[in-house]
Amino acid sequence: MVNTQTNSGNPETDLKYRRKKNAEEMRHQVISFALMIVFTLIAFLAVGYEGFSAWFAVPFILVLAVVQVGFQLYYFMHMSHKGHEAPALFMYSGVLVAFLTIICFLTIIWW
Amino acid sequence: MHAEEKMTYEKWPAAPEKQTLEAKNKFLGFWFFLGGETVLFASLFATYLALKDRVPSADHALAKDLFEMPLVFLMTMILLTSSLTSVYAMYHMKNFDFKKMQLWLGITVLLGFAFLGLEIYEFNHYVHEFHHTFTSSAFSSAFYTLVGFHGAHVTFGLAWIIALMVRNARRGLDLYNAPKFYVASLYWHFIDVVWVFIFTVVYLMGMVG
Repeated sequence: MVNTQTNSGNPETDLKYRRKKNAEEMRHQVISFALMIVFTLIAFLAVGYEGFSAWFAVPFILVLAVVQVGFQLYYFMHMSHKGHEAPALFMYSGVLVAFLTIICFLTIIWW
Repeated sequence: MHAEEKMTYEKWPAAPEKQTLEAKNKFLGFWFFLGGETVLFASLFATYLALKDRVPSADHALAKDLFEMPLVFLMTMILLTSSLTSVYAMYHMKNFDFKKMQLWLGITVLLGFAFLGLEIYEFNHYVHEFHHTFTSSAFSSAFYTLVGFHGAHVTFGLAWIIALMVRNARRGLDLYNAPKFYVASLYWHFIDVVWVFIFTVVYLMGMVG
């Protein structure tokens, strides 16, 4: 993984290797950013385009938002790295309660 | 390696944000806090969804009357870009390049202020053009509480990053402050995470009707 300590016994090689690894990771970050921009554009276009009904547009933009937040959490906030088991537990617990809260508030006004 | 030891490029560890025990605790505690923030914002989103367009009479503005796509799009792009610039700052932090880290944090702060300025303009516009004030309807209260809470997070995030930049301006990077910068950047990303749902659920879904 990208964030593990490297140890080849030769400090100079290790530093070069780490710098290269960091640069490679930064490239992936820029790709994630480009994808996030694309998702945002698609979401705005889907709402701006008259041809889509609300029944299609709303679930569609919600899915785009979830995917974009996944990129933000796993790449920008490094949750894809090792040592993020506890953060994942905290966030998924938070998301579970968040989901329940929203379901509760939406059903209470159903009729 | 102790936390305040003078660092050099050669000594700098691969994961400086988690090198000391204090850093590990900070990392864990901060993610726990973010889990709690998720729940906090969920309750505000739930309230907003339940009270959306609930106004006392027909002369009140509804979501579809208020929101304008170009402004929301601009705000979204600015905040998303500021998320990338703080990734750049952490990239330079990992390479022990303090000056470049400060530069990218500075760019992040400028983008944050641009976002905040647009949000103030937006709220001011709603109040004066539509008489959409905090107390005018259940809808307006829920709207300002949710979006305003996010705006308050942006404000706090800016104050936090600026405080770190100023306090450590002469100190440079060490294992004492690297986790502080790292955690502040996590907070900044989380602000963008919340904004993704705000622009989708509040603005885009508001424009759909």
